[in-house]
Amino acid sequence: MSAPENDSSRVIVKGASLLGDKSADLLIVGGVIREIGSIDARDTAHGSATVIDADGLVALPGLVDLHTHLREPGREDAETIRTGSMAAAVGGYTAVLAMANTSPVTDTAENAERVFDLGRAAGLVDVHPVGAVTRGLAGEELAELGLMNRSRARVKVFSDDGKCVGDPRVMRRALEYVKAFGGVISQHSQDASLAGASACCHEGELSGQLGLPGWPGVAEEIIVARDVMLARHTGSRVHVAHVSTAGSVEVLRWAKAQAAKDGHWSVTAEVTPHHLLLTTDLLSGYDPTYKVNPPLRPVEDVEALRAALADGTIDAVATDHAPHARHDKEHAFVDAAFGMLGLETALAVVNTVMRGNDLLDWAGIASVMSANPARIAGLDDQGQGIAVGAPANLTLIDPDASVTVDRDASVSLSRNNPWHGRTLTGAVHATLLRGVATVVEGQLA
Amino acid sequence: MNRHLLSIDDLAVDDVRTIFDTAVEMHDVQKRQVKKLPALRGRTVINLFFEDSTRTRSSFEIAGKWLSADTINITGKGSSTSKGESLRDTVLTVCAMGVDALVMRHSASGSAKQVSEWVDAVVINAGDGTHEHPTQALLDAYTLERRLGSLEGRRISVIGDLTHSRVFRSNVLLLTKLGAEVTVVAPPTLMPSGIDAWSKDAGFATSYDIDEVLPTSDAVMMLRVQRERMNGAFFPSAREYTVGYGLTRDRLASLAEGTPILHPGPMNRGLEIAADAADAAHSLILDQVSAGVAVRMSVLYHLLAGEEATA
Ligand SMILES: [Zn+2]
Repeated sequence: MSAPENDSSRVIVKGASLLGDKSADLLIVGGVIREIGSIDARDTAHGSATVIDADGLVALPGLVDLHTHLREPGREDAETIRTGSMAAAVGGYTAVLAMANTSPVTDTAENAERVFDLGRAAGLVDVHPVGAVTRGLAGEELAELGLMNRSRARVKVFSDDGKCVGDPRVMRRALEYVKAFGGVISQHSQDASLAGASACCHEGELSGQLGLPGWPGVAEEIIVARDVMLARHTGSRVHVAHVSTAGSVEVLRWAKAQAAKDGHWSVTAEVTPHHLLLTTDLLSGYDPTYKVNPPLRPVEDVEALRAALADGTIDAVATDHAPHARHDKEHAFVDAAFGMLGLETALAVVNTVMRGNDLLDWAGIASVMSANPARIAGLDDQGQGIAVGAPANLTLIDPDASVTVDRDASVSLSRNNPWHGRTLTGAVHATLLRGVATVVEGQLA
Repeated sequence: MNRHLLSIDDLAVDDVRTIFDTAVEMHDVQKRQVKKLPALRGRTVINLFFEDSTRTRSSFEIAGKWLSADTINITGKGSSTSKGESLRDTVLTVCAMGVDALVMRHSASGSAKQVSEWVDAVVINAGDGTHEHPTQALLDAYTLERRLGSLEGRRISVIGDLTHSRVFRSNVLLLTKLGAEVTVVAPPTLMPSGIDAWSKDAGFATSYDIDEVLPTSDAVMMLRVQRERMNGAFFPSAREYTVGYGLTRDRLASLAEGTPILHPGPMNRGLEIAADAADAAHSLILDQVSAGVAVRMSVLYHLLAGEEATA
């Protein structure tokens, strides 16, 4: 990566509130936190250090996104690995997992290494490719899971995201196979037959009135239920991507209790920022900006998701950052592309929704946006917290900044931003990747 | 009146009355030998039909012509997506030719509303997916009023595939707005999602039992069943649908004498409606068609002629 690990470059972060708790200075040497306490920059030993004034800022470990669509290769007009990395850094991220549904699909070691190398070249965040579960995302034959794991990219997370691995036999084999190298299958839970080919929103009163084909929450819930049973049967790890319904939360709560008792398998889950705040009634004007998969749900689901994130039933927040070129959204609602941007605004949304409603404190946010995603993805050098000896992956946040989102201020190539015009609390002030600032004062360094 | 006609929600009761009053005058024009009014001379109306509908398209075309507008038809089966062009680009291209009104039919719900945000022309929704078909509802209500007088307190049944029916969605809004007591009837698989809550809010009733509803109906509106629905597991067979929900000969006899029967067409004779019912003396099916031209003339007139000053 661009940050040198073994040199003696010195950075001092002055006076940050660590995880929202007591303030301290951090001395970073060679990309690693060397000392925490009161550090005098004028000390001759530190005279050459770069000093970041973090007075009034909250320091969190660098954020880790389990679910990012970077569109490269294939749709570089919507996003590239470089512009997606820029958006991630601006959002306070130091690592992202890039979903496999690109063109070509990330289903071979070569394709995975290509994404990994482009991420290194951009050098702003660690880009870890997610491998496809099945060849070409076709849901039939397993992709080369083991070769992707053995590649330079060291792939550990596999997903056909965008599509559900529908065939239970294929899902079972995938769960079994990745046990050999500690892999995890991240499932986009959606029964294709129940949802229907043209489903484009939540099935409910509003979809009935609008005449939009909807998919019901149960199309998600039955796959979540099925997959936890398969994970239990195979003794493997399943991760539920973008949980969107209260029913799924109930299944997860039951499954986690079972897994804790059984001990030989596990289930983890993520929720997106938009499912924590936006509701299905935004669709009444047929604005495709709000068309997303899984769909925005009613307020009861949103409340259940918040509670589940607060009590640990849902482990992580993942953006599902899904950039689209403008013309791919300028179709009739049912024909428009699914997805919305998320990397640059995630921290502010989570802060506004979760900390703003006393559901999580900063330490809790650090868990769901950094430590837990890093653990789920098996990243040793991310999400470790702010401790002596840990890599200096840090996010410095201005906790009270009130920011009105302007989609045209984005560094992403796309503008499908559902937060445009909304005022959110909390802004990323700086991001450090192994001691090197990628973002300073909210701007790319 | 709103600038566009996208949904029945765009119309206040007074607007509906205005449209009906003018439609009565327009109806008289149809009886003249020279069926031409100068009202929209020099205005251009484009019928932009992404989805086939000879019936609705020709009705709008005649309405425009009798008002002396230049009417042009642009048809393209399938959506613009199939050609790789965005809907926005397609309609901006059409409107760049200089258009006063866009009469639009599209297979996607909400498309007329979306288009109205992109173009300067007046947009008239001629059917958007399974969402709405406001001029159909207007002509239905107009036809019924001419037969029944005021619809206030009248019991009107709407029967058939509600889930996929834009005619139902516009009609339930308009008929309740005009004070009718509406009951909608369908098998549970063809009831739109969330209709329990929706019907409560909007003040209409739902039923699975056509035989309970028919004898107390002041008017019966049958909806077309699309045969391809049979493969979607919505109901077991055409035969079973007819037995359960068709306006059969036996059921025709259960209606009070002279009860008006409506159908937006095209009909599946023998499936949702028996030939005897379609051809009954109290069937208004052909009246609906001729009223369609009058109502559409009235709509075009009010949305376009009133604009003159600002155009
Ligand atoms: Zn997904």
